Amino acid sequence: MLTSHTLFDAVGNTPLLRLGVIGRELEGVELYAKAEYFNPTGSVKDRAAKAMILDGIARGALTHDKTIIDATSGNTGIAYAALGAALGYRVALCLPANATEERKKLMKLYGAEIIETDPLESSDGAYHECRKLVAENPEKYFYPDQYNNDANWKAHFDGTAVEIWEQTEHRVTHFVAGTGTSGTFMGTSRGLKHLNPQVKSVLMQPDSPFHGLEGMKHMASTIHPGFFDESIADIKLEVSTEEAYAMTRRLAHEEALLVGVSSGANVAVALKLAKTLPPGAVVVTILCDNGNRYLSAEFWEE
Amino acid sequence: MSATILIPTALRSFVDRKSEIEVEGSTVGEAFTSLASQYPDLKHQIYEDDGKLRGFVNVFVDGTNIKKLDGLETKLPQGATVMLVPAIAGGC
Repeated sequence: MLTSHTLFDAVGNTPLLRLGVIGRELEGVELYAKAEYFNPTGSVKDRAAKAMILDGIARGALTHDKTIIDATSGNTGIAYAALGAALGYRVALCLPANATEERKKLMKLYGAEIIETDPLESSDGAYHECRKLVAENPEKYFYPDQYNNDANWKAHFDGTAVEIWEQTEHRVTHFVAGTGTSGTFMGTSRGLKHLNPQVKSVLMQPDSPFHGLEGMKHMASTIHPGFFDESIADIKLEVSTEEAYAMTRRLAHEEALLVGVSSGANVAVALKLAKTLPPGAVVVTILCDNGNRYLSAEFWEE
Repeated sequence: MSATILIPTALRSFVDRKSEIEVEGSTVGEAFTSLASQYPDLKHQIYEDDGKLRGFVNVFVDGTNIKKLDGLETKLPQGATVMLVPAIAGGC
């Protein structure tokens, strides 16, 4: 059996944590974070990687003579590398050369091959390089294409959204998330709106194309993922890199949650929003990944 | 001393879509001052208000991160290539 007593079983069903200290000034508004770093490789991307690998196997597209390849800025790559290794598949990952050493090392430890791409082109450069390699040698690869694979967002429609719905006892009113592939944002927003059309979807965006919110795409200036539909967002809020850094430090100091910068960005926006909402609102956001992947980063010191 | 600054795609909207720009300067700091005087909108993208580089901005001179050299005081050899890139990793 593929999914019985394997790493795959450990994906999802993450805790929903109340941010009681950071949200202490809120009057009658509850602030929660879905702790996605409890997934086996430490990020939300385990959900999408699991769904896309199992979908590939079910369709017969992923067989043991193929190498799993995709473009990634880090977390999906680590998830593919680990889950691929668990099932005995080879994995190759295109990622910008400026990805941190910790990430490259993690991918290599799981046995993946790393193809470094032009750091100036960021994730779009990795995406183009990956498509080129697959076009040159289509028989060699299984290319899930996380930016355009519906299994990515559906993992959140069927998983993350339902879990949040149950964990908030059907009381969630606002869901806040940023976008890399937009899988988490699209799938969870659609899933929650399917369960209750009154739930508001809030899109967190970096305040500039040039930012340090790792893994987050500035949608106005980059290639749009095929399944991204901005019209689902009821509210859009921007955050600066410095605000995200400050909140990431607060999460560690005040809530004992050691998470990455994209999580800090999500919580900063969720708190900003929560302060404007009437009593009874229940705001949920995502803690995307584990902060121990960023220990060498300098923003912890400030 | 002239140097070539390689501009990442994320910053090209601030520099008339250019991918590289020739500047004068004997240090990285001087080269960036020259760049920011040509393109004033760029200043707040790469510097904090106190004049320090923003935390996620990495600068490489001929392939070496200036954090391992002398920071903004790093000397530029004639014809140096200066690469400006944001930190990247993660995903949600």
